[in-house]
Amino acid sequence: MEIPYTATARPDTGLFNAKLGVWMFLASEVMLFGALFSTYVLLRVGAPSWPHGYEILNIPLATLNTVILISSSVTMVMSWASLMMKEFKKYKMYMGLTILLALGFLIVKGFEYGAKFSHGLYPSESTFLAIYFTLTGLHGLHVIGGIIVNTYFWGPGSKMWHTDPQRFTNRVEVAGLYWHFVDLVWIFLFPVMYLL
Amino acid sequence: MSLKAVHILFISLSILLAFGFAAWEIKGYTVSGDVLQLLLGLFSLVAGVGLIVYGVKFLRKLKHVSLI
Repeated sequence: MEIPYTATARPDTGLFNAKLGVWMFLASEVMLFGALFSTYVLLRVGAPSWPHGYEILNIPLATLNTVILISSSVTMVMSWASLMMKEFKKYKMYMGLTILLALGFLIVKGFEYGAKFSHGLYPSESTFLAIYFTLTGLHGLHVIGGIIVNTYFWGPGSKMWHTDPQRFTNRVEVAGLYWHFVDLVWIFLFPVMYLL
Repeated sequence: MSLKAVHILFISLSILLAFGFAAWEIKGYTVSGDVLQLLLGLFSLVAGVGLIVYGVKFLRKLKHVSLI
């Protein structure tokens, strides 16, 4: 039996299965990060004193990571656009770049974490550091998840392009939606944690 | 909502962040005199303008793609 609406949209929702699925997943992700951001706000307003992020954290490294993630969202959408224009080689290039940029983000984050640990700044040191490591650590796990999914679509998963190109294009779009969510979280994390 | 629509939203927020960060860094430079802050502020300004140019080009390139 063939599963319906994997390549074409359902007439009633206007969405194919995977897109509906990813939006439901992203809704749960919004609740997860929303709860943590709310926790941050409540902890901050309830604290007698709260350090400014820029006094403790490394702004230039975080700026570099912001540039990396914005660039990766551009390459991600370009990989999807390449598939829509039937340019598979370009897709491979842009998806490969997205994966490399994501790895670059993690390397920079690793340097940032390493510098904090070498100065004895652990999550147990203060409430600020606890929420900083929780939020950025969870975000980092999402980046790792994105790398795994994107690497699959760049490598073995890309075989589908030769048998069912529309379904593969849909899969890449869905992966792109997830990747944009991960990037969007950072766009909020950066000013909230580092600048305020 | 398609990837195109989400990308437009993302780029719009990135533009806001770029200009906001530029203002924050340049204001910080006027207080501290730290050249790195000035450089980061100017870089962010240029990045914001670059993102606007990119956003317009992106919209033109994918004008045939649905926002849904």
